[in-house]
Formats: sequence, structure tokens, C-alpha cells
Amino acid sequence: MMSRNRVIPGFGLSLGYATLYTSLIVFIPLAALAAEGISLGGERFWAVVSHPQAVASYTLSFGAALTAALINLVFGLLVAWVLVRYSFPGKRIADALVDLPFALPTAVAGIALTALYGRNGWFGGPLEALGLKIAYAPAGIVVALTFIGLPFVVRTVQPVLAGLERELEEAAASLGADRWQTFRRVLLPALVPALLTGFALAFARAVGEYGSVVFISGNMPYRTEITPLLIYSKLEQYDYAGASALGVMMLLFSFLLLLAINALQYWSLRRQGGG
Amino acid sequence: MSDSGVANAVAPAFTAAAVSRRAVGEGAWLRWALTGLALLFLAVFLVVPLVLVFREAFSKGWDVYLAALTEPDAWHAIKLTLIAAAIAVPLNVIFGIAAAWGISKFRFRGKQVLITLIDLPFAVSPVIAGLIYVLVFGSRGWLGPWLEAHDLSIIYAVPGIVLATIFVTFPFVARELIPLMQEQGVSHEEAALTLGASGWQTFRRVTLPSIKWGLLYGVILCNARAMGEFGAVSVVSGHIRGKTNTLPLHVEILYNEYQFAAAFAVASLLALLAVVTLVAKSALEFKHQRDRERSARAATRQEEL
Repeated sequence: MMSRNRVIPGFGLSLGYATLYTSLIVFIPLAALAAEGISLGGERFWAVVSHPQAVASYTLSFGAALTAALINLVFGLLVAWVLVRYSFPGKRIADALVDLPFALPTAVAGIALTALYGRNGWFGGPLEALGLKIAYAPAGIVVALTFIGLPFVVRTVQPVLAGLERELEEAAASLGADRWQTFRRVLLPALVPALLTGFALAFARAVGEYGSVVFISGNMPYRTEITPLLIYSKLEQYDYAGASALGVMMLLFSFLLLLAINALQYWSLRRQGGG
Repeated sequence: MSDSGVANAVAPAFTAAAVSRRAVGEGAWLRWALTGLALLFLAVFLVVPLVLVFREAFSKGWDVYLAALTEPDAWHAIKLTLIAAAIAVPLNVIFGIAAAWGISKFRFRGKQVLITLIDLPFAVSPVIAGLIYVLVFGSRGWLGPWLEAHDLSIIYAVPGIVLATIFVTFPFVARELIPLMQEQGVSHEEAALTLGASGWQTFRRVTLPSIKWGLLYGVILCNARAMGEFGAVSVVSGHIRGKTNTLPLHVEILYNEYQFAAAFAVASLLALLAVVTLVAKSALEFKHQRDRERSARAATRQEEL
């Protein structure tokens, strides 16, 4: 194990550079955020992060992100299933298209979805006739966040589903299980870690999303103002400390979610390894 | 007893096939229903918005479309977007290779901490990505007074836009290469080194060819995000037309001024970039898969020999 270090060169150079670059770009600026937030002092920090407008924004951000991630959990599994198990014309195009939300700039997604779900839009018009208001309402935020998080569940479930051995299902079937029982008792448990990882990734992405949401939400304080937008408007009023306090809250949350995702991936690897 | 034993021995040959066809696949109607539902979901959420961008872009005809793309502010935004990507992508490629080399070829303390830090920009809201640089370089930030004394500006200027772009695209290449190089291990490099190759030769002739597809894949995704980033760049840009506007910010300005056709015209450029990215990405995946199958076949042939 130690011999590796002696044979392969570049330990100091590669890690020295990687650490320096990571510190400059990621670590020091994030530390500046923490320092600015802490400099407020406990009482004022609490006053900022527990302000009713801030609380309303958390409720909206979390609620909309959670709803969108749940939609993606269900439909992501469906899309992954269809792409892995069935063959149909245009499958490769459908497969490539799943990554569109990663490749399409969020601002473009934002204006497209707003035009689509607005009062005069292709979907917005008919939906409004039914009494459903999507754009400039919380539902619009859910639509944007569903778009943004769409690839995560598909892409985490796809490889696991493709790697499952068909013998397991055949064994279940020959033991008398019907297709639904096989799915629920044999397939689903094997997919749970991947599903949860994809769900957590989509959720994490959705909570912080800004670009696609600002266009479709209407940005009304207490009603359709997400937390990143509240941070943005505090910054525009040069309220650096207030913006930082909210930023620290979001950062803490992201960090917890990241830990959860790593734990899930570890769990999923161990389960796969254990067979 | 013995009868059923005989039956059991004979039966599997044909019942197993029947069972697997009936119970391991779904009925045709269910298969079609599931496929239809999945495709409907993809069409509603992905295809329709994409089609709408191009339709709106040409809603007022070619003249308006071309005028929106050739006006000076749009040109400037295109140039700035290209500059930001041209700086951010190579820097993150160098970092990605260095980090992946260090993490995959050596054992050291704090490796997990470094990997978590590399992942962090993916989990952080773009608004916070912009905010942190305002706190460091802004007029009231840590380095603000010093920068002002030396007549340098980073926030509300091009360097800030580049920095924010670097931050949001930071993990792409490293994230692609780390698992790839960990899987490949060190044996090839060790062999080259014991045969007398220098460290640089080993990297260029042994490591680089084996990671080229992963690297290219990372570069494509990194570039798409670099050119399309909105939130982080928006915070640090100050929205000065013709000076600190990137393409996505230009889209926002036009849209907020109710110049919808022009906004969608500029957006269609970015949508085109996204389509090209997707095509390049799936072409790479296809090629990579073919390469792997070919080398797997070569390996079995060698074993047979």
C-alpha cells in the first residue's frame, strides 16, 4: 500500500494543486459566508432566519421541492423501467432527451415554461378554463422544479435496474408470485437505495434552484417567494448580513442532505456488493 | 412419489420457458400503457417546452429573429459567454485531472473531506454561489477595500462572472474522472514506470488514452453548464448592458422588457447548444460502449488462445 506512493509520481503536485484550487474557489468563499452570518450574533441571526417572510419562503421552497421530487420519484421509476425493459421506436432519442434539463440553461427553461403555462399558453389556457392557475402560483414552481429534477431518479435507477439478474424474477415467478407481487417484493426492495438517492439529489437541486423559478413564480412575498429569491433581494438592498444568515441556513441544509446522499450511496453499494 | 419426481425432472424444460415469458414480462397492453405514459410525461415536460422555444423565436419571422441575434448587445453577450466558458472549462479540466490523479492513485488522510468539498458546488444554490464571491470581493467584502485602492473590480465586472462560472462548473470533470480512474487502478501506470517511462510520459501515453472518453464527457457537460449558468452569474454581474451581460442574462432582460420574440430568439441559441450537447453526449456514450464491447471481445479471444 505504501509502495504505491513511491512508484507513482505526482502526489505532492496533484494533491497540492487540487487542495489549493478547492480552497480558493470553494472553501474560503464559503467560509466567508459562514463568518458573515456568524458576525450578526445569535439574537439578530435568529431574528433574520425566523422572520415570517423567511419562514414562508422555507415552507414554499421545501414544499414545492418535495412535491416535485415525489413526482420525479414516481415518473422517474416509470421512465427508467420503460427505457431498460422495453424496446420501442425512438428509444435512443427518448433516452438522450432525459438529460435535457441538465443541458438547457435554467433561464431558457424558465421563460419556456412560463409561456407554456401562462394564461395564453398552450397548457395554461385550457388549465385556467378548468380553474387551475399554474403560472404565477405555487403550482408553477412545482412544474419548474419537476423539470429541473427530472433526470436524477431516471439516471440513478437505470443502471441498477439494468444490472438486476432476471433469474431472481424468474425464481419468484416459478414459486408462484404474480407479476405485481414480484415487482413489489423482489424488484422494488432492490431499487430502493437508488430511488432514494435519486429522490434526494432531485430534492437538493430543487431547493436551491433559482433561474427557472423566478420567471414562473411571480415572486410575491409570503406567497410565491422562494428562499434563494429572498436572499437575492436582500443582496440587492445591500443587506449582506441578512442574505448571509439565510445563506447559512440553506448551506446547513445542503450539507445535511449531501451527507444523507453519501450515506445512501454507501448503503446501496453495500447492498449490491452483498448480492 | 416417483411419478411426480419424473414429472419434475421433465417439466422444467418447457414450463420454465412458459413461466419466464408469462410472469417475467408484462402483458402487451400493460407494456404499451406504461410506455405510452412514460413518453407522455417526457413529451409534456421536455419536448413541448423545447419546441415552444423555437416556435416563439420565429413567431415574428426571420427578420426579427436575425435582428435580435445581431444587435450589438446580443453580440457582446455571446462574446462574454464564450470568454467565461473558455476560461472556466480549461481551469476545471486541469483541476479535475489533478484531483482525480491524487484521489485515485494515492491513499491519504482526509480524502473523503476533499471529495465532499469537490461535490459541494452541486448542492449549493446558485444564488449562494454568487453571494459568497460578493462577500469576498464586493465593495464591502473582505478584499473590497484593497481592490478599490488598487482600482480593480471583480464584482459587477467580467472576473466575477468568470469566478461564479468556475464555481458552478467546478465538480463536473473531477466527478467524471474520479470513479473512472479509481476503477482502473494503478497497475498500468506502475508497469509503464518500471519499464522506464517518466511520470509525464506515463500520464500522456497510458493514463490519458484510457480516460479520454470520460474526460470529453465531463468537458461537454461542464461547457453546457458554463454557457448556461444564470443564478450565480446574475448575482455578481450587475446587469450592465453591453458590459457584464451573458446570454442567459440577456434573455432575462429582453423578457422583462416584454420583447418576447427577441428573448426567445436569444434563448433558441442556448436551446440549440443544449441539443448539440445531448447529441454529442449520446454519441460519446455509444462510442464508449462499442469500445468496451470490442475490448471485452478481444479479451475473451485472448483467453481462448
